[in-house]
Amino acid sequence: MTDDDDPGTDTADDDGTRSRARSRTDERGRIRITGFEADRVRDRDSLSEWGDEAAGGTNGGTAAGMDGRWRRGLRRFGRNRSAMTALAVVVSMALVSLLARPVEVLGVVVQPFALAPYDPTTILYLSVDPSVSPYDPPSWRFPMGVDGSGRDLFSRVLVGGRYSISIGFVVVGLTASFGLAYGAIAGYYGGVVDEVMMRIVDVVFAFPGLVLALVVVATLGGGYWQLVIAFSLFGWAGYARLVRGEVLSIAEREYVVAAKAIGARDRAVIRRHVAPNALSPLVVLASLNVGSVVIGVAALGFLGLGMDPGTAEWGTMLDATRETLIQGPGGRIPWWATVYPGGAIFVFVLAMNVIGDGINDALDARAAGVREGKRRREADRGGDES
Amino acid sequence: MSLRRFVVRRALSVVPVLFGVSVITFGLFHLTPGDPVSQLVALNPDVSAAEEARLRERWGLSGPVWRQYLAWLSNVLVGDFSRELRTGRAVSGILWRRLPETIVLGAFGWVFAIAIAIPAGIYAAVNKGRFGDVAARVLALSGVSIPNFWLGLLLILVFSLYLGLFPVLPPSRLPLYHPETLRYLLLPGVTIGTAAAASVTRVMRTSMAEELNEEYVTAARARGLPERTVVFKHVLRNSLVSVVTLAATLTAGIVAGSVVVESVFNWPGLGSEFVRAINRREVNVVMAITLVTAVAVVLANFLADVLYAVLDPRIRYD
Repeated sequence: MTDDDDPGTDTADDDGTRSRARSRTDERGRIRITGFEADRVRDRDSLSEWGDEAAGGTNGGTAAGMDGRWRRGLRRFGRNRSAMTALAVVVSMALVSLLARPVEVLGVVVQPFALAPYDPTTILYLSVDPSVSPYDPPSWRFPMGVDGSGRDLFSRVLVGGRYSISIGFVVVGLTASFGLAYGAIAGYYGGVVDEVMMRIVDVVFAFPGLVLALVVVATLGGGYWQLVIAFSLFGWAGYARLVRGEVLSIAEREYVVAAKAIGARDRAVIRRHVAPNALSPLVVLASLNVGSVVIGVAALGFLGLGMDPGTAEWGTMLDATRETLIQGPGGRIPWWATVYPGGAIFVFVLAMNVIGDGINDALDARAAGVREGKRRREADRGGDES
Repeated sequence: MSLRRFVVRRALSVVPVLFGVSVITFGLFHLTPGDPVSQLVALNPDVSAAEEARLRERWGLSGPVWRQYLAWLSNVLVGDFSRELRTGRAVSGILWRRLPETIVLGAFGWVFAIAIAIPAGIYAAVNKGRFGDVAARVLALSGVSIPNFWLGLLLILVFSLYLGLFPVLPPSRLPLYHPETLRYLLLPGVTIGTAAAASVTRVMRTSMAEELNEEYVTAARARGLPERTVVFKHVLRNSLVSVVTLAATLTAGIVAGSVVVESVFNWPGLGSEFVRAINRREVNVVMAITLVTAVAVVLANFLADVLYAVLDPRIRYD
């Protein structure tokens, strides 16, 4: 697709013409080359995918180029009200789960706060109040009701985020960095290396992630780090494929050719030029993947294969309610035991996906970047003049 | 490149992938400590070393790993997936009995997804920025974000327990072609199809909105064609191409989803069998289902590529 197809370009060019006309009158008397309009050429550059940075790279100031695009993306993200709301939701959910109960590391209390009223594993009718019975409905004392084993659901939902959320971010961090390296190497070297490496990715892609995670957990057993391994072991393939595609297009750019021509070593070229440029789509994919890992962890928990049964983890909590729900609990239907833990997963994943969409919009140079970049450049110019 | 040559070349590229799939499947179960025989032996301390050796021989677990692999592969290629450790039933029999159930469920999920998503995507793109579009986008985003097991539980909660419209448990021994099956199929089918429906809606809306900005649309409108012709005859066909590229990913999603959804609804397909086999450590069953799943995904990918090449001839020249 050429730049001219995009209607966004046309309007931007119109703006550009107007501003150029104005600046021309300011600079009366200078020699001007007609037929070559620097502004327009610069616009074209920024239109090509992730091109801003390429421009930064050619000027020898990769860092400056990076900075500009990320700062611009950040500003656009900040103006996206739904994305900012979602960010607030995610941050507060993470904070609440962290502050829900005190955290001890090797017997030392590092986090003394306790937002949750009860310990998530305390069986209320044994140690707190004998009048509490399993599946008590929500009340002022127990805002989300009592679960099938007589534990306070509200406390459990608050604490439950610890596992899911942290596993989500840890797994995405590990898989994205490995996928970045893998894809960058495959795309940069090309040829046989690329062929072999990408065939491996094809093979990994043939297995649905959840199936592999189930198999890994079945062999390793449940637990926190086992879950991390289960989702990391094969989760990198998507990033690798994405990065490799980006790198293939980047490797053709002039500044990479130039870097190679002046004798830069492969590793330096990959690290300084190729990898940073493939970063934007990677960040988008990573932000969208946090939600799917969280769902996957919860799904394993729900199937009884995640954390130990009884752990206050969102998915594991749902596992315990399923039997009573399907068999019918003798009279009342304890909807709270199903609705609240699942709702917590849903809200978190929804917020994560809104953030991902927001990052996508903010970093996507093609969709909205033209006018934005234009305005910034004009602002810069205005600043110079005053 | 002619279509036939493209198909042949693409089919040939499936072979190494299938080989890799078999290696990974085998490796996952055989390079980890604690093979089934040592588990059996651990349960019974009276087993002598000679008996253990005979057991290993019987389950194909003796000799170097590569020879075990070759023996396993040659059996699998002729459809022999060995036997269940405890009952001695042939695994292929289990596969054949469970597979149709999963296919029916997955197909229903697909049909549901397409039936909802294509019209919703078209509607949202045509009415971009209006209320209907916003509603469709919010629903699609929720559909992508909702965990399928929770959705299933909620559907059971509302439709089976509160409204009593559907039975909670699936058919005990009803054959699949029985008309009553459709009623049991509805809730799990909707559950498994929701994620696909939501993704297709999102992609459909985006690609449709993009296509509507193309010059040929303006040209068609300028020629005075009615908007309906423009949307349904010109734009729709082009935007469907991007849905086809998504189809393989979504099929993988539905396959993975069947593991969870079948467990929620006690649907007697491959997915629930998989979970049961994992809990009982029936390695041969787990291996067989893992392999079948992966092969299904590879074939889905292949079909999607072929379909893509049919719809968009440019792809054949890459």
